[in-house]
Amino acid sequence: MLKGMFTGISKINAFTWRRERINVPVWILSLLSLTFFVALTFPHIYPAEQRQVLAETMKNPAITAMFGIGYGLDNYHYGAIMGHQMSLFTALGAAIMSILLVNRHTRGDEEEGRTEVVGSCPVGRLSGLGATLAVACAANILLALATGIGLYALGLEGIDLPGSLLYGALIGVTGIFFAASTALFAQITATPRGTLSFSFAYLGISYLLRAIGDVSSETLSMLSPLGWVLRSQVYVNNYWWPIFLTLGAAILVGALAFYLNSMRDMGAGFIHARRGRTHAPASLRSPLGLGLRLQRGVFIAWAIGMYVLGASYGSVLGDIDAFFTDNEMMLKMIPGGPAALSEQYIAMIMAALALMSTIPALFMILKIRDEEKKNRAEHLLVRAVPRPAIMLSFLGISVVTGFAVLMLGATGLWSAGLAVLDEPLAFGPIFSAVLAYYPAILGLIGLAAVLVGVAPKAASLIWYYLGYTFITAYFGNLLQLPEWMRKLTPFGFVPQVPVESMGPVAATGLTAVALGLMAIGVIEYSKRDMVN
Amino acid sequence: MAIVKTSNLVKKFGSFTALNGIDLEVQAGEVYGFIGPNGAGKTTTIRVLLGILRATSGQVEIFGKDAWKDAVEIHKRVAYVPGDINLWPNLTGGEVIDFFIRLRGGSGNRREEFIAKFDLDPTKKCRTYSKGNRQKVALVAAFASDADLYVLDEPTSGLDPLMYRVFQEHILQLKQEGKSVFLSSHVLSEVERLCDRISIIRQGEIIESGSLDQLRHLTGTQVEVETAQPMPALHSLAGVHDVRQRDGALVFLVDNEEIGNVLKYISGFDVKRLECAPLTLEDLFMRYYKGGAAGGGGA
Repeated sequence: MLKGMFTGISKINAFTWRRERINVPVWILSLLSLTFFVALTFPHIYPAEQRQVLAETMKNPAITAMFGIGYGLDNYHYGAIMGHQMSLFTALGAAIMSILLVNRHTRGDEEEGRTEVVGSCPVGRLSGLGATLAVACAANILLALATGIGLYALGLEGIDLPGSLLYGALIGVTGIFFAASTALFAQITATPRGTLSFSFAYLGISYLLRAIGDVSSETLSMLSPLGWVLRSQVYVNNYWWPIFLTLGAAILVGALAFYLNSMRDMGAGFIHARRGRTHAPASLRSPLGLGLRLQRGVFIAWAIGMYVLGASYGSVLGDIDAFFTDNEMMLKMIPGGPAALSEQYIAMIMAALALMSTIPALFMILKIRDEEKKNRAEHLLVRAVPRPAIMLSFLGISVVTGFAVLMLGATGLWSAGLAVLDEPLAFGPIFSAVLAYYPAILGLIGLAAVLVGVAPKAASLIWYYLGYTFITAYFGNLLQLPEWMRKLTPFGFVPQVPVESMGPVAATGLTAVALGLMAIGVIEYSKRDMVN
Repeated sequence: MAIVKTSNLVKKFGSFTALNGIDLEVQAGEVYGFIGPNGAGKTTTIRVLLGILRATSGQVEIFGKDAWKDAVEIHKRVAYVPGDINLWPNLTGGEVIDFFIRLRGGSGNRREEFIAKFDLDPTKKCRTYSKGNRQKVALVAAFASDADLYVLDEPTSGLDPLMYRVFQEHILQLKQEGKSVFLSSHVLSEVERLCDRISIIRQGEIIESGSLDQLRHLTGTQVEVETAQPMPALHSLAGVHDVRQRDGALVFLVDNEEIGNVLKYISGFDVKRLECAPLTLEDLFMRYYKGGAAGGGGA
């Protein structure tokens, strides 16, 4: 049955590597640097005598929801800290790398008509998918080995060889699993965008299932591949069964993807495109109408996602309350008592919600670049549409999206708090706390606008900048990064509301800078050639 | 009045000069052919005309207005069909047509007529359209509403012969209505049939302009002759070019003013067969492009 299905795979494999010669190395090196950098800071920020105090705070359900269950808290050496605080996020990184990579070479190529050209050569029906998965697996294995060996080579207390290899393996195997699941979604949906939406939604659900499950229900966690890999209790008990379980699941999912790929037509999915309207709705009459129409699916998905994310964070508020009230030692340790810590947790959630809200906002503004690259901006330009109107439409959508999803996240947090807390959170303070981050979101949108206007080909660099912002804003405290590193992004100027309060100067200053950047973006966009 | 006028239009991308001093003039009621091979600068010229790209130097005017600064004003009276057309995969053809018509601010009252003529299914998502169908979407949007200038960039490369005829009929009708059409193409028979005047572009420079008759006059007549005796001095006759052997006959070009002398000479060698034909555009084209060496004019 499989005869000839994989003809020519080695050539396609080599070609896929050639196309990925920049992307994959950048991903792997970024993830490796993050891992090693974080590990190396541990001795400075967690001296031996403070580690057990830290371990105590790590029993906090909020931490569990975010990082996973803390294993080995009794002897919280650097290995245990690494496994607890870093493994999940690095595994998420590997998963994202794999999703993007697999989508690019499956549905992406198919949509652009490249699969067709390759398929007309003497190659097997499954060679394309096979080569893609082979590259994805190889990239993840490379990442796993480099992570494992590199961590061990750092020679930190508790970071031993067996644990390090397992640590690498859990990251690699997560990447492989999500590569396989993306391959499956690429068969089911008929567009690259559909594949990405399904894949990221699945990743998000896996994270949330594990978050809620780790706090309250082991069964729930075991429904999530991210829950599995964390059960390896790396550096503490070093169980290998979750690695093999995940690998086995990946093989099954991958096999299903191959099977579906072998029996479907090129360009077709298993979710069929419906017939559409004969006439455009009245709203489709301007660049703004077009922008709204093109982005509404993304917007709805993110709106739901942000509400769920907020609600998931909120759902553990009750556990946190109980944790602090029951924990004598913590009460003594923290000035201001449980209320203060709960507020600190909320401040952390605010930062997380704001950072996540930035992603759809950036999608919306970068969409204009996508239209330009695909030669569709010219459909607007050659008709009676002024250039600033195009840019302002996409900017407007971006600005509103950032605000809306941010508020939805806050509403999710608040409404979940209603359900689980004896004294529910007041909506007002929550609202003003997230609002403090909005100028920073505007700042990133403004930067993206400037890139679109001035250096369109470099516009996607904003994602690296967002990655940097994510690390400094989210891990800034944990890693005790110097102040100037945080101040390199707009998020560095946002105080940790509600712990600190927002000065009106900082807020107006940030907003003014953001608006200025947007104005530059609009003006420059209106003056330049279209480039694809 | 010139509808489109460029003088000494230069467009550079970095150090690469894509257009090097283009002079064009399209009059009202005229179908203007713009021909050249791939990469010669046809699409770049059109993109400058439409204000998508900004001229590095030189003047570009449409309806007497600046193509870059007054783009919006100009575009209210321009309809454009790109050659390589990308549409939004998740919108239907019908939606895109409506959207385009609304952006131009026209009434689009002939929409249904052209959807029927071009046999387009407007309920399908653009993702599922072939290249020809995507072109039909752009053509319907362009033809359905009134414009004074139609800019068409290789608009028929994906159309079948039946649809091509619909296209051709409408272009001729537009001409009768006094509209101007700027048609870029490398389908020479199309240009030959439709266009009043032609410019040939090569490597960013216009190498010849004029009506087809003028161009032919410049270049002459193609003669194919078979004689019983060899014609030793044919090569050296004034006005004879490109002498080639084909199936025992000689094929060559003769400048029109010399044709009488040449025929006199030939008649002395016992003519068995003689064919004279005006140059086709293709011959013209090949002459200009062969080896890239041919200069202007027919000499």
